[in-house]
Amino acid sequence: MPLVNGGKITDDRFVKLAVDTPLPEGGDILVPAERFLGEAEGLLKRAGKVGVIWPNNRDIAELVPYLGQIAAVALVFPTFRDGRAYSQARLLRERYNYRGELRATGQVLRDQFVFMLRAGFDAFEVKKQADAEAFMQTAKRYSVFYQPTGDGRITALHRRMQLRHSEGVGT
Amino acid sequence: MTSPLEQKKIRIAGPSVVTANRTWDGIVVYRTAANSWSAELSEAAIVRNSDEAKALLAEAVADDVGAIGPYIAPVQIGDDGKVQPGNLREQIRRTGVTIGQPAQV
Amino acid sequence: MYAYDEIDRTLVNERVSEFRDQVKRRLSGELTEDEFKILRLQNGVYLQLHAYMFRVAIPYGTLATNQMRALAHVARKYDRGYGHFTTRQNIQFNWIKLAELPDALEDLAKVGIHAMQTSGNNMRNVTSDQWAGVAPGEIEDPRIWSELIRQHTTLHPEFSFLPRKFKIAITASDHDRAAIKIHDIGLRLIKNEKGETGFEVLVGGGLGRTPFIAKTIKHFVHGRDILSYIEAILRVYNQYGRRDNIYKARIKILVHELGIEKFSREVEDEWQHIRNSSLQIDEEVIEDIRSRFTYPVYEKLPHMPDELRQAAADPDFEAWRKNSVAPHKVQGYSIVTISLKPTGGPPGDATAEQMDALADLADKYSFGEIRVGHEQNLALPHVAKRDLPALWKALDKLGLATPNVNLITDIIACPGLDYCSLANARSIPIAQELTRRFANHELANLIGRLHINISGCINACGHHHVGHIGILGVEKNGEEVYQITIGGRADENAALGTLIGPGVKFDEVADVVEDIVEAYLALRERPEELFMDTVKRLGVEPFKERVYATR
Repeated sequence: MPLVNGGKITDDRFVKLAVDTPLPEGGDILVPAERFLGEAEGLLKRAGKVGVIWPNNRDIAELVPYLGQIAAVALVFPTFRDGRAYSQARLLRERYNYRGELRATGQVLRDQFVFMLRAGFDAFEVKKQADAEAFMQTAKRYSVFYQPTGDGRITALHRRMQLRHSEGVGT
Repeated sequence: MTSPLEQKKIRIAGPSVVTANRTWDGIVVYRTAANSWSAELSEAAIVRNSDEAKALLAEAVADDVGAIGPYIAPVQIGDDGKVQPGNLREQIRRTGVTIGQPAQV
Repeated sequence: MYAYDEIDRTLVNERVSEFRDQVKRRLSGELTEDEFKILRLQNGVYLQLHAYMFRVAIPYGTLATNQMRALAHVARKYDRGYGHFTTRQNIQFNWIKLAELPDALEDLAKVGIHAMQTSGNNMRNVTSDQWAGVAPGEIEDPRIWSELIRQHTTLHPEFSFLPRKFKIAITASDHDRAAIKIHDIGLRLIKNEKGETGFEVLVGGGLGRTPFIAKTIKHFVHGRDILSYIEAILRVYNQYGRRDNIYKARIKILVHELGIEKFSREVEDEWQHIRNSSLQIDEEVIEDIRSRFTYPVYEKLPHMPDELRQAAADPDFEAWRKNSVAPHKVQGYSIVTISLKPTGGPPGDATAEQMDALADLADKYSFGEIRVGHEQNLALPHVAKRDLPALWKALDKLGLATPNVNLITDIIACPGLDYCSLANARSIPIAQELTRRFANHELANLIGRLHINISGCINACGHHHVGHIGILGVEKNGEEVYQITIGGRADENAALGTLIGPGVKFDEVADVVEDIVEAYLALRERPEELFMDTVKRLGVEPFKERVYATR
């Protein structure tokens, strides 16, 4: 499954651990939420970055105390129809000011990229190679956005205000 | 969505066909014995037991590009061998709405 | 009228090109049907019995004449020459080809019409009062706010994959023509004691398998906070709404399971986090939207023009005027409802020729504006009273002057088993038969206001629960069987109907309705007592007795 990060297909530096996989000596690891919360202290002490795989039915607020120490949060789309992780992503970015990698995992398809980018995701485990390759093209598909989110894109309402004011200056 | 093959045990009560809607235009089609689709019920492959039904449906499901949402539908076969839809829904799918369409009224 | 600007147009065009790409990928096999289904639904494309069905949004029920002509064009070029107006200010085309859909969307985009989110588990078309902006006594035009919410809910990055569909309706009149109490969120526009605009917010209404009347979650939300408050409701719903069972996924179930108090506390908590964010709307933003709604320059006209006085001698004209013409907020003008319920016709259908001709009439008589109401009728919102006789003649020629608005033959019906892949029983033929039984205008008038609603399955697209007489078609042992309820209503006093007894067969439905009506005529205290009021006074028993005495 290709990983898109920073707009490009890249190698995944993180190794995913299951609940019971022995802890590797070094290297970056992605750990399931339950294991992370149980072993947080030990995990954070070791060399190598730590990321957490957070299920979409668990309150993301539980992760807040650790946000400064983790390098990645992977949110889960069990199917592309299940949109809970969009809310979790926005909360992480906009309410809890999380600035690390925010990764979309699970059923991630091309047609969700724009929504995911707007919700704050910056890394994508894409299901299909062709979709991963089309990432940049797809991400540019829309130039107009009606809602304000933490991605900083200007909304239609505000663009109109700018236009109004610039017209006001001109006349 | 689970595949129609997994939905439930396939049990048929009598002669049946596999029907779906053609992907590019949506019209009603029936699975033929020749691995293809036809708009004519008379060209549909008739299955008479669960194994046959299952096999025909599996073949239909595999053609996801050709047609959407295949399922098994009952038919009645007259003394003259003519195939007729087995219920009202299938009758309507075959012959169209039971009401005048406004453009034709 | 609301005029799209370059920004709105760009978005719609971007959406069309995205969908064109999605259709291409589907037809080439790059996308499976499972993957494509949700994408097509987000553009209003269903698969029905005979073909794809294409649902186009008519936000808050306002149409310009060039838009109506574009709908006629789609009906003619890509479909079979007609369309079906639905209960949620949409129009449906029943015979569209997937391969041609991107072209149809592109043709509609040219006049600012789209099909975004007319199906799927997202925020649907925002609906409102079809008399918005012209109804006497209205607090203010609710379409300004509808448009604000329409924009906010379009391609929302967080709420495009909700547990289930989500519908918002807005009214600004005492009499609720938008059926807000059967919506996921109902907004009643009100003023606070300082004269500021805000909303009573209702939540958790809906029909279907488990019907609920919406409950008030907050008595006053200031206009500037309405987007953040809606966002808070949606965020709670998106996270906690059930996704394990499609029949329990609507917000009404969440509200019911948590209880309105707990649900409203969750919303309130969330809202406190976001109410002072960029979601807050300043007056200038509202002004900007308001400035793109244009209103007619009305003439000063007499209350009772000569043309109207003279036409009053014609009993047919008078029957129509009394039935279909309503007061306008401006003297000398009227709101004209156009019945799409001709005797023997499918409720809500209009041909391309009728749509074109109506557009011409709206240009001539209604400042180029047409409205669509949830009762599946149309309206011309600004007709000078002096033009009423000429308009009536023209409508009559088109078969659009049936004087049955709000009467027993003004039936709301879903497409039913004739079109719909979900249906268990037919709806339209039942409606057709009833319009024939009660075709006599004097009889219908004598009965008075009476709404019949017909659904062909439990999903209740025909709103049978809130029909004065509700008819629900089900399937039993391979046969169509219809359950009859009475006493429902969809207005500000919304209520669910009560079942009168065992289901009846297809051929018996019209007889049963006749029995119910006869019972009502015999039981009412005086001619002014409406069917609803008689049912309220006496309950269902006497009706039940009458219907089942001989069955």
